[in-house]
Amino acid sequence: MMEVFMVDNSAGAKAKIEMLEEKARELRRKVIEVLGNSTGGHYGGALSAADALSVLYFDIMKYRTDEPDWPDRDRFVLSKGHVAVVFCSALSMAGFFPYEDVLNDYNALGSPYAMHCDMTKIRGCDFSAGSLGHGLSAGVGMALAGKMDQKDYKVFVMIGDADLQEGSTYEAAMSAAHYRLDNLCCIIDRNRICVDGPTEDIMAIEPVQDKWKAFNWKIATIDGHNIGEVRDAVLNMPAGSGRPYAILANTVKGKGVSFMEDRHEWHYGKCTPEQTKAALEEIG
Amino acid sequence: MVELADEVKAYSDVICALAEEHEEIVLLVADMTKPYFLMPMVEKLGRRFINTGVAEQNLMGISAGLATCGKRAYAHTYTPFAVLRACEQVRDDIAYTEQRVVIAGMCSGINMGTGGSTHQATEDIGILRAMPHMVIMTPADARESAKIARASYEIDHKGPIFIRLGRYPTPVVYQEDYDWEFGKGVTVREGKDLTIIATGHMVYYALEATKILEKEGIDARLIDIHTIKPIDREIIVKAAEETGAIVTAEEHNVLGGFGAAVSEVVVQECPVPVEMVGIRDLWCSVGPTEEMYEKFELTEPYVAEAARKVLKRKK
Repeated sequence: MMEVFMVDNSAGAKAKIEMLEEKARELRRKVIEVLGNSTGGHYGGALSAADALSVLYFDIMKYRTDEPDWPDRDRFVLSKGHVAVVFCSALSMAGFFPYEDVLNDYNALGSPYAMHCDMTKIRGCDFSAGSLGHGLSAGVGMALAGKMDQKDYKVFVMIGDADLQEGSTYEAAMSAAHYRLDNLCCIIDRNRICVDGPTEDIMAIEPVQDKWKAFNWKIATIDGHNIGEVRDAVLNMPAGSGRPYAILANTVKGKGVSFMEDRHEWHYGKCTPEQTKAALEEIG
Repeated sequence: MVELADEVKAYSDVICALAEEHEEIVLLVADMTKPYFLMPMVEKLGRRFINTGVAEQNLMGISAGLATCGKRAYAHTYTPFAVLRACEQVRDDIAYTEQRVVIAGMCSGINMGTGGSTHQATEDIGILRAMPHMVIMTPADARESAKIARASYEIDHKGPIFIRLGRYPTPVVYQEDYDWEFGKGVTVREGKDLTIIATGHMVYYALEATKILEKEGIDARLIDIHTIKPIDREIIVKAAEETGAIVTAEEHNVLGGFGAAVSEVVVQECPVPVEMVGIRDLWCSVGPTEEMYEKFELTEPYVAEAARKVLKRKK
């Protein structure tokens, strides 16, 4: 059966997409600035995730910066927790805390802002992460709570390639379909490169789309750097269908900085001041 | 004939009543509804009863996610699966995040003798004790199990609460109601020559040991530590000061477990001789439950022998 995929061609969509593209650019600038100003970090996966985060935090998700625990808010779980730098940048741009705190304190002793996100320390962070393969289960729990309480909030979980190598992710995928969690959306940031090289050389995870279909999820496969496609994909979340929803976002590791793109060497690294300058100029 | 009672059933009776009373309670099982006597709750709780199937990592992760939304999650699976297979989910998703999740682990210790080492847990105390924000409670018998079940709902705590349960009915220690307080040891028997500090099912064997010792003119105090973390330092220090010798008794590896926890208090606050009764760093293999305690030297003659030994070391 063909899945229906609606495209937003409304008059307001174009302006909104331009706004979201600018937010994504700003997120990328912040990633480069923060990591350059600290001890380095996960450039590649942070840059690949920027467009989806832009769409979620600046268009789709309901939240209150003055009430981070608002019970009706949409939830976001960053399962690929090592890219907390782009997530914290998004939270700062949303207004949960000043960006300067992230810029100045990232990875500093006792700082809330570091390689991995800690929900007990970061305003607006709905779940802690670090070890991979944990996030989707937590998202299933949040989605189940929403169903129990008859709330209409949505739960977004972003996972990466490595989450698809962890078996626990498939336990969670199985349960989301079993419990018909149509309030759960899993965004797969498929940048195809892990620490040691291309995922398909190290430990193949394809066919990703078929796997999620086999787990009885609805899945949309998109260009994860086309903001319009990302936005349409999220807007197509099939509320009321009884099926959880995966967005397979094909992305590029290090997207936006040519010397980082598709290079596993930039999974984790530290730019020289010259590289930071060049990266910021390229992002614009 | 030793009177037996089922501590899992006693736990379950309390939890089921609490779940019917309090809307925020969610009961979760990893294909363990029947062993925990939770069958009636499947229909009664509806959405508030979740079966993850045999997927313990997911059980813990879902419990954590529910807790972030204000739910009181009770996760049920055998202790080896809860603490070993899903160890990292317990640590990262529940303890590190300070989420109030109760983990009720069955088949702790060697109580499920016939299951063999994969279905026994003799390292869980050591593992869980090292996690910040963790509470560990273990009942001496069914009556205490009910008290622990109620405490798991009532105590003021942010973080996981692990309840260390056996598998089959165990000997009754407490014939009638008694004063019980979270985090406070129970003095089961007064005594002045030495103190046996026991936890879980070992309280029964320790109590029997005090009777053997009494016939030999040895007056042994017996303390039941039902809350292993946070441990009752005060009662341990008092015992060390007043009796000058201690025997610990646990259904767990003596390495890193309950005896170690008691010893940490003793050596820091009032050093006196300590002897430990427990599993001697062995895999306990297979056997009928009632024969396992004897085979692995946990029964009253072994506790009594440890008492005689520690008395020889007492100055």
